[in-house]
Amino acid sequence: MTDHKPDIDEVSGVETTGHSWDGIKELNTPLPRWWLFILYSTIVWAVIYMIFMPAIPALPGMGYTNTLGLRGHSDRALVAQDIAKLHTERNAASAKLLGASLSQIETDLDLQQFALAMGESAFGDNCATCHGAGGRGAKGYPMLADDVWLWDGTLTGIETTIRHGIRHMEDPATRLNAMPAFGRDGLLATSEIDDLVQYVLNISGREAAADAVNRAAPVFAQQCVVCHGADGKGNRALGAPNLTDRDWLFGGEPRDIQQTIFNARNAHMPAWQGRLDDATIKSLAVYVHSLGGGEK
Amino acid sequence: MAFMKRHETLERHSLLLTVGILIVVAIGGLVEIAPLFYLDNTIEKVQGMRPYTPLELKGRNIYIREGCYVCHSQMVRPLRDEVERYGHYSLAAESMYDHPFQWGSKRTGPDLARVGGKYSDEWHLDHLTEPKSVVPESVMPPYAFLLTKKLRLDGIEDHLKTLRLAGVPYTDDMIANAKADLIAQASPGADYDTEDALVARYEAASGRKGTVKISDFDRNPATITEMDALIAYLQMTGTLVDFSTYEADDLNNRR
Amino acid sequence: MSANTTLNERPGWGFSIGTVSLLVGAVAFGVLMIAANAADPMMAAHAWIFFFLAVTGLLVTGLWAGTLQKRNPFDPAFYEDTIVKFGVVAAMFWGIAGFLVGLIIALQLTFPNLFYFPDFGWTNFGRLRPLHTSAVIFAFGGNVLIATSFYVVQRTCRTRLAGGLWPWFVFWGYNLFICIAGTGYLLGVTQSKEYAEPEWYADLWLTIVWVAYLLVFLGTLWKRKEPHIYVANWFYLSFIVTIAMLHIVNNLAIPVSLTGSKSYQLFAGVQDALTQWWYGHNAVGFFLTTGFLAIMYYFIPKRVNRPVYSYRLSIVHFWSLIFIYIWAGPHHLHYTALPQWAQTLGMVFSVMLWMPSWGGMINGVMTLSGAWDKLRTDPVVRMMIVALAFYGMSTFEGPLMSVRAVNSLSHYTEWGIAHVHSGSMGWVGFISFGAIYCLVPWLWKRPALYSKALVEWHFWLATLGILFYIVAMYVAGIMEGFMWRAYNEFGFLEYAFIETVKAKHIMYAVRAGGGTLFLLGALLMAYNLVRTALGHGEARGDVETTPIAHNPALQPAE
Ligand code: HEC
Ligand code: HEC
Ligand code: HEC
Ligand code: HEM
Ligand code: HEM
Ligand SMILES: [Ca+2]
Ligand SMILES: [Ca+2]
Ligand SMILES: [Cu+2]
Repeated sequence: MTDHKPDIDEVSGVETTGHSWDGIKELNTPLPRWWLFILYSTIVWAVIYMIFMPAIPALPGMGYTNTLGLRGHSDRALVAQDIAKLHTERNAASAKLLGASLSQIETDLDLQQFALAMGESAFGDNCATCHGAGGRGAKGYPMLADDVWLWDGTLTGIETTIRHGIRHMEDPATRLNAMPAFGRDGLLATSEIDDLVQYVLNISGREAAADAVNRAAPVFAQQCVVCHGADGKGNRALGAPNLTDRDWLFGGEPRDIQQTIFNARNAHMPAWQGRLDDATIKSLAVYVHSLGGGEK
Repeated sequence: MAFMKRHETLERHSLLLTVGILIVVAIGGLVEIAPLFYLDNTIEKVQGMRPYTPLELKGRNIYIREGCYVCHSQMVRPLRDEVERYGHYSLAAESMYDHPFQWGSKRTGPDLARVGGKYSDEWHLDHLTEPKSVVPESVMPPYAFLLTKKLRLDGIEDHLKTLRLAGVPYTDDMIANAKADLIAQASPGADYDTEDALVARYEAASGRKGTVKISDFDRNPATITEMDALIAYLQMTGTLVDFSTYEADDLNNRR
Repeated sequence: MSANTTLNERPGWGFSIGTVSLLVGAVAFGVLMIAANAADPMMAAHAWIFFFLAVTGLLVTGLWAGTLQKRNPFDPAFYEDTIVKFGVVAAMFWGIAGFLVGLIIALQLTFPNLFYFPDFGWTNFGRLRPLHTSAVIFAFGGNVLIATSFYVVQRTCRTRLAGGLWPWFVFWGYNLFICIAGTGYLLGVTQSKEYAEPEWYADLWLTIVWVAYLLVFLGTLWKRKEPHIYVANWFYLSFIVTIAMLHIVNNLAIPVSLTGSKSYQLFAGVQDALTQWWYGHNAVGFFLTTGFLAIMYYFIPKRVNRPVYSYRLSIVHFWSLIFIYIWAGPHHLHYTALPQWAQTLGMVFSVMLWMPSWGGMINGVMTLSGAWDKLRTDPVVRMMIVALAFYGMSTFEGPLMSVRAVNSLSHYTEWGIAHVHSGSMGWVGFISFGAIYCLVPWLWKRPALYSKALVEWHFWLATLGILFYIVAMYVAGIMEGFMWRAYNEFGFLEYAFIETVKAKHIMYAVRAGGGTLFLLGALLMAYNLVRTALGHGEARGDVETTPIAHNPALQPAE
């Protein structure tokens, strides 16, 4: 094959291979030394790495699974250690937090800071999705940064809400109470519900049709006072909201109110026990309590 | 160089070159993939895994169809921050019935491996209908149209049968009752007997109580929509394995 | 060969027109049956698209064959260049479409209020993103590869493309696959396996097309008039062979019904994951790397008229590259539930892949020695050399990202997106642009491009666009990676996930700006090419065609 005269490229002075394709020739330049050197280095490094780390799978029937490497490395073992370490660092403060009462937390500045940091951190990824950043709330998800409480605004009350959730049926201790779907279940006629809407508008201090309000008064007394109270100011024991203020969980427009009475909302908050640990739940309670509306 | 000379043989024979290439490129895959089918430590031994219920399976197919995986991973890595943010790191066992897998490669949105049970059905409904209504900063697309799309039930048995061919342990019973099970899971209170039968079937497969959630996921009792299916799937993700019996320290599980 | 030989006397011709028509006819019939009995509306839509295109194909072939009595489109004395022209046009069309969809999805992440349409669910990010990746990689990149490989293999083998009509089957069949894939994503037909999303029937069709492609390519090598196979063809061949292997294994799936679009993957969970990324990484390795290196090995030496730098380097880096690439897939699964031994292999092989990758860059860049001035004077050469620079950059970055400690930060973040686009916009995009700028005057027999100034504009717009894009994404990716793992002084996570989404907004906007520049550049290019083909401006005047036989035979055939 190499019966050609050596073909030297004039520019580089290097010999070509003697072939040509569509006018393209190839120089026979040797491999760059530095290139080879790095290539070999990466290979050496690879072999060493494979000796130290789990690397080579066994063939079937060889009686083991894979080489484990001299370092006995395991991501899963390491993360367990990392988390354990984190927990020991937090432990003293966490334990203190778990046993602390509201007044203790309020007076112990370090503990308070710790609890707020822990609570704020957990709130961002777990609660803010519903209750908004900083607990600002959204339609259907109560604002936590004000002093209007559906169930309980004390530290222990908030903690109970978080731990067991609201209408979270998988948890027997959940906060439970269901407003009937008066329209959907045929408990009230549509016209009665329309009247009740006017009634609710009236007690919340807005303009309403007087005759409708009058017609609705006995219905309200019969159907609604059990939960919302004779004056409509709500009942925290039952999670029934105050209907006389300007604070609406599901919207205060006549349409929204009509929907609520017709279908009932019976909103659901998941229980966090099991998903979050005790200290985190307590810290969340402290955090929510501190947002502005916490009660003694 | 002699080596270069020998290379000429390959340069002169296109078939030899083809075969040479094929051999060289086959090796890496064989060594890496084949052992995953026979080594004992590939999939952890766990309690609780069961095949998807027909409704969850439908929901999973919608998840795939809508491309949720382009933004959401379902793979919590064993790293401190991920375990703290998302929960227990994912096990291989948790996707053993996933044809195809949904681990994802990009987190434009958060990991969803353990989103099951984290939120209420209503929240998912609100969020999927218009993400910004609950998370104003979200860049996730709205999926309101799922609410108006009736779920197609025909041929659901074939889906289970196909998966059984691929190795998912669906029983004859599950296949025969696929449609009834699907309807029952999205229609609480409609027929208690089928509900109980559904729960019994899948809890038996799982070996655990409480792994089947029955709910009118889209809060529209009149129809079973694609939204029902998708939320049913989301509410199940990451909830099956019983971590109280999982032996993290077993050498095969540490690997 | 005289014009009045009968059809059957024309080599490769009588056979192929019959079989191609038969095949297309049989497929059309089968598809009609499926259309009539489809189990779901998506399948019906696809069957009709398929049927319509197959019938059109059959008619066109038939009509065309009728007029062939007078001339011979398969004259072995000439190169088959018409198909290359088609490929170039298709590549430009799909390229612009793909960049446009990329820009749209970039805008969706930046301004979700403006670019999401609740009533048109099929325009959501989740469906458009695979449309973008497939359009740029398979439609744009694939057509560039088919077109250039057909051009290069003929010149470097000094023979006409083998197989008569079969190359046309490859071209149209491949583009039909693209149409089915793309419409599929919009309709919600997907297997969700990244870069292999099309469903089982599209996969099957692609398998047939790909085997035909391999046979055409091999057939051409077979009848070559050069004793040796040129290095570009080793790379093309490894691309075609390996993609066939990867495609078949990664798409093993069981259809729920032969008349329905849905299938279930044969493998599950961890095995499926590794098979997918064995495929996915090597789609990068053999589609986006060896295929485009083949382009580099022909177009750079040809354009600068210098010999390839080192034949020995070609050999060593070729074999080491294709051997090592295959192993690197597990670097996409670091820290996942994939057993760690496999992650280790993925990591060490990725690091060993560094030098074999750089071998291609060295061979390309050093080919310029003695012609460095061309970097200044010829923007097309500059484009191809900058492509190699981006190639070098992403193949250095890739091994770095494969190191587990680095990957724990970069994985799942925008850093990956930055890496992808420095590789794909920078390397794949620029080397393709360079090759097409070379090809169009050659194919349309013009002395030059319509406007060199426009090429300069394209070069600078696109370079700036890439830089905006990747710098923004590096910043966003590293920032979000650190934000996800940030702990405050008390030992708790510092940021909620949504805060990282908020923090990326500006970077998303910059990225969209970069994408706009890149798209603008491509539009200028298309304009320039059209004017070139029309023979305007500096492209005025024709160049004579040289029949194969008249090509100077530098090597005696054996
Ligand atoms: C899936 C949505 C959701 C999530 C997540 C959620 N909540 Fe709630 N939360 C609600 C709803 C809905 C209510 C109101 C239920 C009702 O109507 O009584 C509520 C009520 C509350 C209340 C009672 C307010 C009152 O006025 O009594 C507190 C306290 C609370 N949530 C705290 C939290 C905390 C802390 C977290 C995080 C660990 C959290 N929530 C996560 C939906 C959610
Ligand atoms: C069995 C208890 C119960 C009865 C009876 C009841 N409610 Fe309620 N109501 C609730 C509870 C609990 C809530 C809020 C929590 C939820 O639904 O999530 C509520 C919420 C509301 C709201 C929404 C308040 C807001 O902030 O958006 C309105 C309006 C309302 N009720 C009106 C009525 C009227 C009118 C009647 C009588 C026809 C009535 N309710 C009867 C328990 C009751
Ligand atoms: C454009 C990217 C994108 C797509 C596509 C997308 N998401 Fe999201 N997703 C996000 C972002 C960003 C968030 C975080 C903000 C939020 O909660 O909306 C999120 C949050 C979520 C959450 C809440 C997770 C948590 O723990 O807080 C769920 C559940 C979810 N998405 C489900 C889905 C489903 C199901 C689909 C497909 C039908 C989908 N997503 C498609 C970006 C996306
Ligand atoms: C106008 C130019 C382009 C723009 C604006 C653009 C934009 C985008 C966007 C927004 C994404 C999604 C990123 C995410 O999910 O966060 C993406 C992904 C992707 N793009 Fe592009 N792109 C462009 C050009 C290209 C080109 C030329 C190629 C290849 C040849 C390409 C290949 C890809 C790939 C492979 C992905 C998926 C990345 C992954 O999964 O990690 N893009 N692009
Ligand atoms: C030595 C060569 C290379 C190595 C070792 C390498 C390595 C990597 C790594 C580690 C990732 C990130 C995986 C993750 O964390 O999710 C990645 C992603 C990617 N790389 Fe490379 N890379 C190389 C070259 C290239 C080139 C040249 C291109 C483009 C032409 C490219 C395109 C991609 C794409 C498209 C992805 C995204 C895959 C996805 O997640 O969808 N890579 N690569
Ligand atoms: Ca329903
Ligand atoms: Ca596929
Ligand atoms: Cu890769």
